[in-house]
Amino acid sequence: MGRRVGLEVSLACAEVVGLCNADVVAAYPITPQTHIVEHLSEMVADGHLDAEFVPVESEHSAMSCCVGSSAAGARTFTSTSSQGLALMHEILFIAASLRLPIVMAVANRSLSGPISIWNDHSDIMAERDIGWIQTFAENGQEVVDLTIHAFKVAEDSRVCLPVAVNLDGFILTHVIEPIELPDKEEVDAYLPAFEPSQSLDTANPISMGIVGMPEIYTEAKKANAVALEDSYEVIKEHWAGMAEKFGRTYKPIETYRTDDADTVFVTMGSLGETTMSAVDQMREDGINVGQVRIRLWRPFPVEDFMEAIAGAKTLIVIDRALSPGLPAGPVATELRGLLYAKGASPYVANFVCGLGGRDVTRAQFIEMYQTAQKAAASGEEMTCQMVGVKE
Amino acid sequence: MISAAEALQDFKKITPKTIPLVEPFSKGHRACQGCGEVLALRLAAKAVGMDMIAVSATGCMEIISSSYQTAWETPWIHVAFENAAAVASGVEAGRKALIRKGRIKDNGSKIVAFAGDGATADIGLQALSGALERGHDFTYICLDNEAYMNTGIQRSSSTPFGAMTTTSPPGKISKGQMTWKKNMPMIAAAHNIPYVATASPAWHVDLMNKVKKAVTIPGPAYIHIYSPCPTGWRCPPETSIETARKVVQSKVFPLFEVIDGQFILTRDIKKPIPVEEYLKTQRRFSHLGPEDIAYIQKRVDADWDRLLKLVQATNPEA
Repeated sequence: MGRRVGLEVSLACAEVVGLCNADVVAAYPITPQTHIVEHLSEMVADGHLDAEFVPVESEHSAMSCCVGSSAAGARTFTSTSSQGLALMHEILFIAASLRLPIVMAVANRSLSGPISIWNDHSDIMAERDIGWIQTFAENGQEVVDLTIHAFKVAEDSRVCLPVAVNLDGFILTHVIEPIELPDKEEVDAYLPAFEPSQSLDTANPISMGIVGMPEIYTEAKKANAVALEDSYEVIKEHWAGMAEKFGRTYKPIETYRTDDADTVFVTMGSLGETTMSAVDQMREDGINVGQVRIRLWRPFPVEDFMEAIAGAKTLIVIDRALSPGLPAGPVATELRGLLYAKGASPYVANFVCGLGGRDVTRAQFIEMYQTAQKAAASGEEMTCQMVGVKE
Repeated sequence: MISAAEALQDFKKITPKTIPLVEPFSKGHRACQGCGEVLALRLAAKAVGMDMIAVSATGCMEIISSSYQTAWETPWIHVAFENAAAVASGVEAGRKALIRKGRIKDNGSKIVAFAGDGATADIGLQALSGALERGHDFTYICLDNEAYMNTGIQRSSSTPFGAMTTTSPPGKISKGQMTWKKNMPMIAAAHNIPYVATASPAWHVDLMNKVKKAVTIPGPAYIHIYSPCPTGWRCPPETSIETARKVVQSKVFPLFEVIDGQFILTRDIKKPIPVEEYLKTQRRFSHLGPEDIAYIQKRVDADWDRLLKLVQATNPEA
């Protein structure tokens, strides 16, 4: 079942898009996404992937082209990073509004300025409200599995929404990892060809993207929001289906050593693996600490999250982006709102770290724990702290 | 891929007697009285027929055709302002892949993008250039009413010299629009695409034949249609066609084709009317003095001469 290979994660991402039989790939190169689209264009050039590779002249056109191709009924993939995602911004909302099952790999990278090609989450955190399903991969295997899952969920007739799979730029995209790639037959059996319920077809003419007059705009937005909320059950259903088919289990929220943990780190993406090792070290020192990892960011798995942090007195929320003008990063801000609504009141310490490719070490997680413990004990409100800033 | 000339070998011209009766763009739209743009759109759609898959840029034609009900009888998609060409390229790529894989039939659908002058010459120029350069099989039709009419008559790079708009108002130190109209058909032709043409709704059969040629020829085609806007140009609604005729007769808007790089004048103007006669049909030019009109005349004549030279240069045997 499948084959275990040592593969750069970007190449694995491209390979799995091939296994998923994408019909159209429209993309514009941007570091650190480039290896994904380079490999896809090679696969098309060599005839390994029967798809149209559209080398568009910008990311705005990449997403626009994806909208056109998906509306024509083709399985459509793109990938971008940072400025590219920002340039797509306008069209991302429209893709969701038109209910098009586009799949996009976002190789997360910081936003200018100053210009930086390195990893953080400021690109995707600026796109929280685009109406897409958004997942975060922690390692190469997750990139592969979440991509298959993304097509399965996006094209499910109960969902019909685009999906963004986030993978950390360089830290994942450029790293060679042991990855189990499923066999073509397995993926074909799991993911049959895309059969859209509607498409641009002269036999059944439809108008897509009509004006939202005030009489219908609110209802259209509501329908979109409900579709995203309702996708939650389908997302879980297909993770369960994938566990059966491919043998790996995924949950919206992952927990690590949280059972008796007083303090819980909340992370997203590849930083989670460093956190785990910091948790292990602290556990060896007798500290009751655990970790919660958010895999499904949109729709946000509220109940899963509340259950995961139920026993914790202190949360240490790690943000990989700034929200200037607010006393917390975007993830912490959202979680505080959620906790308040749920009547839960763990102490929330918030750290912004790993901006623009700055490494975050195991020792720094331990320092964050100590800072959070002191602040929690003093009972004083703790505003967001940026880790490792050179003064 | 076969050349445009080869593709047109068995071309059956539309004549006044064989004007298609189909209406892919139908009733139920909310365009202004006398709108030359919606007329051009309707004529173009008739020429394409019911095999059309239309892509609209945001703008007048998108707004007036899809509020409350749709006026499109064939598949239609609108995404945003600047990306009609990119969306059309996606539709084409998607269909191409699905046809090759045997998942849909090649039913001869024609992909046609419609966009205004702002969506073409300004905000959408990059997406258009990209799609033309990549060689997608689609037709791009610019319906040029020479300003941002949908938002309330603001100047674009396609607004002619001297025209009054809400963002190029004549004042003590200004004549209105102070720049010369961007030459979109020449920009399109510079992409070496198989077919480029200009058209005016005053020559409706010519307009339809150009559109029919554009969708017959494989590869990208660009058509620039002069589209009178009585609301924005400050002229009576019943004068749209007269204006669309005078703009050609005055040589301000020459009718030509570029087939495989060969320039062809589709309407020679032996006895041109002075540009003043054209300008005075619209109050947007009413503030211009004799020296402004003389300047416009001079540049129009120079542009025409240059076009003739291109015709001669690319038709050495003629």
